[in-house]
Amino acid sequence: MSIWEYANPVKFMRLSGAILPWVVVGAVLCTVGGVVWGFLTPLDYKQGATVKIVFLHVPAAMMAINIWVMMLVTSLIWLIRRHHVSALAAKAAAPVGAVMTLIALATGAIWGQPMWGSWWEWDPRLTSFLILFLFYVGYIALWSAIEDPDSAADLTGVLCLVGSVFALLSRYAVLFWNQGLHQGASLSVAPGERMSAVYRYPLYLSMLGFLLLFLALLLIRTRTEIRRRRLAALQAREIRG
Amino acid sequence: MIELGKYAGTVLAAYGVSVLLLAGIVWHSVAANARARNDLHRQEGRTNG
Amino acid sequence: MVLALLKRDLALATRAGGGFGLAVAFFLILCALVPFGVGPDTGALRPIGPGILWVGALLACLLSLDRIFALDHEDGSMDLLATAPIPLEGVVAVKALAHWITSGLPLIVAAPVFGLLLHLPGAATPWLIASLLVGTPALSMLGAFGAAITVGLRRGGLLLSLLVLPLYIPTLIFGTEVVRRGAEGGDPATPMLFLAGITAGVIALVPFAAAAALRVNLR
Repeated sequence: MSIWEYANPVKFMRLSGAILPWVVVGAVLCTVGGVVWGFLTPLDYKQGATVKIVFLHVPAAMMAINIWVMMLVTSLIWLIRRHHVSALAAKAAAPVGAVMTLIALATGAIWGQPMWGSWWEWDPRLTSFLILFLFYVGYIALWSAIEDPDSAADLTGVLCLVGSVFALLSRYAVLFWNQGLHQGASLSVAPGERMSAVYRYPLYLSMLGFLLLFLALLLIRTRTEIRRRRLAALQAREIRG
Repeated sequence: MIELGKYAGTVLAAYGVSVLLLAGIVWHSVAANARARNDLHRQEGRTNG
Repeated sequence: MVLALLKRDLALATRAGGGFGLAVAFFLILCALVPFGVGPDTGALRPIGPGILWVGALLACLLSLDRIFALDHEDGSMDLLATAPIPLEGVVAVKALAHWITSGLPLIVAAPVFGLLLHLPGAATPWLIASLLVGTPALSMLGAFGAAITVGLRRGGLLLSLLVLPLYIPTLIFGTEVVRRGAEGGDPATPMLFLAGITAGVIALVPFAAAAALRVNLR
C-alpha cells in the first residue's frame, strides 16, 4: 500500500474525514494555548510588551513560506503524476498562505512602528514578503480566472513553478538592492537568537499551532474543492442524461 | 491584570488584526465547505432519487 | 521557417493597427508626467531618473504583451504553429524576439533622449542603454510566458499584468542599480553581470514553461 492510494478522492475524503476532528482539536489547543501563553509572557527589557507580537509574527511568517513550498510540491505532483487531489490541495492552500503572509506583514508593520519609528521599512525581509504576497495574489487570481478545472490546474502549476524560481531570485535581488541603498543598516530582528526559554517555549507551541491550523484548513478546503468538483460532474451528467 | 506597559495599543492591535484575519479565513473555509456539502447532498438526492 | 515566422510577426506588428510605436509614446508620456508629479527641480529629478526610466520601460513593454499570442489564438494560426516543424518552444522564442524588436528596441533608442528630460547625468547614459539592451529581452520573454498563460482568457489583460510584473522585479532591481551606479560613478559591473545572468537564464528556461502553458491552452 503506497501513499498514492490517498490521491484517490474517495479514499482521501474517508481518511481526511476521519483525522479532521483530531487535527481541529489539536490546532485549536495549540494555537490558542501558544498565543495566550505568549500574551502572558513577561515584558522584554529592550522591546517592552511588543515582544509578545513574536508569537503571531514568526509562526505566520514561517507558514507563509512553507505553504508556498507545499504548493510547489503539490503542483509538481499534479504536473507529473496527474493526481487531482494534489492540484486541489494546492488551490486550497493558496488563500491560507496569502492570509498568513498578510498577518506576517501586518504584525510586522504594527511592530515596526514603535521599534523603527515607521510602519514600513524597505528592509529585505519585509520586501520579500510583500513580493511573496503578490505571487499569492497572482496565483489565486489565475485559479479563479480559468473555467476548465484541468487547464486551471495545469496553468497554475506552471505559474507556481516559475513563480517559485522568481520568488527566490527576488529574495536575493532584494538583498542586493537594499545593501546598495544603505550599507550595513540591518533592521531585521533575528528571531531564535538570544531568546530565553520564557519566550522560546510559547513560540514553539504557537508555531505548532499554526502548522496544525493550516493542516486543518487545508483538509477542509480540499474537501470543499473535491465536493465542488463532484457536484459539477453530477450536474453535467444530469444535463446530458 | 496583564502588564503591557506603554506598548499596550501596539500589542493589542497586532493581536486584534491577526485574530480577525485568522477568523476570516476559518469562517470562509468552514462556510464554503458547508455550502458545498449541502449542494452536493441536494444534487445527489436529485440524481439518485 | 524561423525567419519566415519572425518576418511575419514583425510585419503584423509594424503595419497599421499593429500598435507599433505606441510603447514609445507611452514611455514619453510617462517621462513627461513624472516631473508634473514630482516638480521640475533638477535636484529632485536626478536621483529618481534611473528608476523612472526603468519602470517606464517595464510598463511600456507590458502594453503590447497580450498581442504576442492573442491574435494567432483567435484566428487559429496558433494551431498551425503548434503542428509546424519547429517546436513550440522555438515559436515562443521567435515571438518573444519579435516583441522585443518592436517594443524593446524602440524603447532603448528613445531612452537616452527621455533621460535628458529627467536630467540623467551624461555618464549614466551609456549604462542606461547597456542595461536596457541586456535587461529588456528578459522582459519580453517573461511577458511571452504570461501571455501564453492568459491567452485563452477573455479578460486576460489585467491578469497578465498581475502575473508578469512580480516576475520583473529582479530585472528591475539590477537594471536600475546599473544606471544608478553609472550615474554616481560607481562600479556597475556587478549588477550588470546579475542582469545578464537573469536574462540568459530566462531565455534558456522560460520558453519551455511558456510552451507548456500554450499546449494546455490549445487542447
